[in-house]
Amino acid sequence: MSETLLQLTGVHTHIGEYHILQGVDLTVPKDGITVLLGRNGAGKTTTLRTIMGLWHASRGSVSFNGSDITQAPTPDISCAGIAYVPESMGIFSDLTVRENLYLAARQGEIDEKRLEWIFGFFAALKKFWNQPAGTLSGGQKQMVAIARAIVEPRKLILIDEPTKGLAPAIIQGMIAAFRELKATETILLVEQNFNFVCSLGDTVAVMDGGRIVHSGMMSELAENRDRQHKLLGLSLDSHQ
Amino acid sequence: MTTTQMTLADAELPKVRVDILPLLIVPVLALLMLPLVGSFPTWVTLTVAGLAMGMMVFMMASGLTLIFGLMDVLNFGHGAFVSVGAFTGTLVLLPMKNWVEADSVLMNLSVVGLAIVLAMVVTGLLGWAFERIIIRPVYGLHLKQILITMGGMIVAEQLIHVIWGAEQIPLPLPETFRGAFIIGDAALEKYRLIAVCVGLTVFITMFLVLNRTKVGLLIRAGVENGEMVEALGYRIRRLFVGVFMAGSALAGLGGVMWGLYKETLTAAIGGEMTVLVFIVIIIGGLGSVGGCFIGAMLVALVANYAGFLAPKLALVSDILLMVTILLWRPQGLYPVAKR
Amino acid sequence: MLRTLLSGDLPRSRMLSATLLVVFIGLALAPFVVSGARSLNVAATICVFVVLVASYDLLLGYTGVVSFAHTMFYGIGAYGVGLALTGMGPSWTAIAVGTVGALLVSLVLALVIGLFSLRVRAIFYAMITLAVASAFAVLASQLSDFTGGEDGLTFKVPELLQPSFHLLEATIMGRAIDGKLITYYLLFFSALGLFLFMLRIVNSPFGRVLQAIRENDFRAEALGYRTVIYRTLANCLSALIATLAGVLMALWLRYVGPKTMLSFEIMTDILLIVVIGGMGTIYGALIGSALFILAQNYLQVLMGQTSAALSGVPFLANLFHPDRWLLWLGVLFVLSVYFFPTGIVGKLRAGTLAKVDRRP
Ligand SMILES: Nc1ncnc2c1ncn2[C@@H]1O[C@H](COP(=O)(O)OP(=O)(O)OP(=O)(O)O)[C@@H](O)[C@H]1O
Ligand SMILES: [Mg+2]
Repeated sequence: MSETLLQLTGVHTHIGEYHILQGVDLTVPKDGITVLLGRNGAGKTTTLRTIMGLWHASRGSVSFNGSDITQAPTPDISCAGIAYVPESMGIFSDLTVRENLYLAARQGEIDEKRLEWIFGFFAALKKFWNQPAGTLSGGQKQMVAIARAIVEPRKLILIDEPTKGLAPAIIQGMIAAFRELKATETILLVEQNFNFVCSLGDTVAVMDGGRIVHSGMMSELAENRDRQHKLLGLSLDSHQ
Repeated sequence: MTTTQMTLADAELPKVRVDILPLLIVPVLALLMLPLVGSFPTWVTLTVAGLAMGMMVFMMASGLTLIFGLMDVLNFGHGAFVSVGAFTGTLVLLPMKNWVEADSVLMNLSVVGLAIVLAMVVTGLLGWAFERIIIRPVYGLHLKQILITMGGMIVAEQLIHVIWGAEQIPLPLPETFRGAFIIGDAALEKYRLIAVCVGLTVFITMFLVLNRTKVGLLIRAGVENGEMVEALGYRIRRLFVGVFMAGSALAGLGGVMWGLYKETLTAAIGGEMTVLVFIVIIIGGLGSVGGCFIGAMLVALVANYAGFLAPKLALVSDILLMVTILLWRPQGLYPVAKR
Repeated sequence: MLRTLLSGDLPRSRMLSATLLVVFIGLALAPFVVSGARSLNVAATICVFVVLVASYDLLLGYTGVVSFAHTMFYGIGAYGVGLALTGMGPSWTAIAVGTVGALLVSLVLALVIGLFSLRVRAIFYAMITLAVASAFAVLASQLSDFTGGEDGLTFKVPELLQPSFHLLEATIMGRAIDGKLITYYLLFFSALGLFLFMLRIVNSPFGRVLQAIRENDFRAEALGYRTVIYRTLANCLSALIATLAGVLMALWLRYVGPKTMLSFEIMTDILLIVVIGGMGTIYGALIGSALFILAQNYLQVLMGQTSAALSGVPFLANLFHPDRWLLWLGVLFVLSVYFFPTGIVGKLRAGTLAKVDRRP
């Protein structure tokens, strides 16, 4: 496997008085898609938020690209090259699609070439370019959120449940888009929908109860149905 | 690939929802009042007076609503910045008496302009200090915020007494700003027209900044989801400080304009406006600058018409207006989307 | 016995107990230990403010709701009695009618405001109450045919409470047993009763729910408490007690007017007293009011002397001018919110708290 891009070592996170992450060890290698699976409430979102500095780890360390970012403020983490697509998408609904992407382009202007590339798999964005993002459908908002994360090259993209609430047809579109993205980007993808990620992921980690309970290659897990059942239990059935 | 484009792009084009109803209220209200008032010249005078007052209230309220929207901080001491602005204005207006009394538009304008600039600089800096010392420790703690900003207001008002004395300070209007233009039978007071111009300038500038500049877009984005703004790599703290300073400076501007309008200053000049300003930003929708503008115009126009048609009713017209609006739209005219 | 009377909420600090005792005895014996109308006036004001401030603490300290309409309810009580006594002549019936009427008006208003805005956030409630209270004050001072306008109303109280009435020919400890004295004790015992009642409320299960809501309203809601209902109830209760405080004050002054009953200064005074005395303690209202009213009446003299001594130094002289005492209070207030949010009572208790906390 290639070099390590992001490394969480024994990370504990408290939210208020609740002890949510209880020693997370997670490695994200450079290039390709690392999938983070786990049932509801396992702590996936909290892990991403801790990486992003939106919660701060009370113990353990997060290192990115060789430097320690455990206690760094969110903007610094972002500027270090991590983009974040939150579970709630975090769209600025009052702003147009263009303005949403414009704010994500820290260089100042949106790179035309890259934009064409994005339009290639998220054609809807072109169509609604000057619409307020709040008027878009759920799937289109998700596209805006992902486009915002890739409008400039980033070293790592964190994406939290992009298929949440999307129709199967749209999910097919998303798979195509992720195939395209995968070629050039490094992605840490949180999902519950195993069928969505089993063909996409390169490496996989499974969380439960605030810990990583399994990590390895996606291809292995995809073949081993027993293991899937054991690790993912209900969540597999519920997604058919 | 083709399926992607099909399914994703062919979704129905959403209609751009421009909510124009609130925009219509002001002109419709004004037109409805015309037959009630009866005489056209009186109506013109009342309307201009209402608009002028509304513009001044808007200057005071816009900063407050923006600060609330972005930072989730309601500064109960905002009125203190209005007072400080007005009193700082006197530092220019009183010593440069001959410029004020001169019969020259240019000299009058420049002395008032200078007073405004000084007031805005001082209140802006004060806002910076206020944010650092008073507000910063209580972000996210509403109860403490209310108490502490209230306390800040008491201290600020008392400090004005200490610095400028407890007496009222007369603040005469510049020579050429006095009197009225007579057009037909309608008398349009000059200073009210000036206030309308200044208010419109402020509104248009704010509108342009918020819609056309990166900082403006960031502010609007931050109002909805500050965390995401940070995740995109911007320091929201800097925005906070900037907006707090700008909002305080606007209050200072409103203070000078309002002080000249009243022509006498007391330390409570800003505190007295607090209730009106709150009503305006509630009507507009907490955090919405556009709503605040319409709210200010509405409150002031209704007060003026009511004062003419039913003086007793005018005492509570703003409360009645607020209740009516909230019954129609419980979040105000333009509710602000919050994550 | 004492424990029952105080509803089990003992002062829990020797210093605090001593201070409370001094204030209590001072107020109980005030007519006999102090001389002059002004001093008795100070004592009576303290009695009323204890009730007024404690009822505000019920809301702010125990429920975490900031209201700026407390003086409105106080004013409703005062005006209710004032208007009834003016309209119906000086009789006990008039007082009863005025009080009941005022309580009803307060209850309805508190309910409406509460249901209207308590669902929303604390800030919204604070803003709405500020607006409503100011409109009310404007109405009271402008509807002069009805309320006497800015000048207010002066009225007669029943004979028993009139200063010219003498219950006994003799004097006790050199004090004539007159209507003024009777009124004072009416105030004192009413205040005492209401104070103990509030202590009972905050230590009842109802009071504990209120505190749970203040700490974490999501959790309280999740536990099945309808937070809106509890908040509205607390709001009504607090408004009703403030109304009674207004009734007492009107009886004492035999006068009602917008400045003395409804002005925003009283509201800020209440806020200052609650915070400096100690939010969420009820006892803070007692100590805070006593200190505040005493300071208001006597500290200013001291400041006047300081100011006179500094008269050569322009800025400093202004800083210590008696009228500027609110400045110092304001600074104290801001500092207390930051550094000791439980106020004087909290400070006094802090030393003994460690011991108390070890109780099961
Ligand atoms: N703001 C918060 N306050 C308190 N507890 C929280 C908060 N956010 C999350 N939690 C708790 O932390 C745990 C982990 O939550 P998290 O959102 O990380 O789960 P998740 O794996 O993303 O679940 P899902 O698949 O449902 O999104 C849950 O038990 C949740 O209740
Ligand atoms: Mg999640």
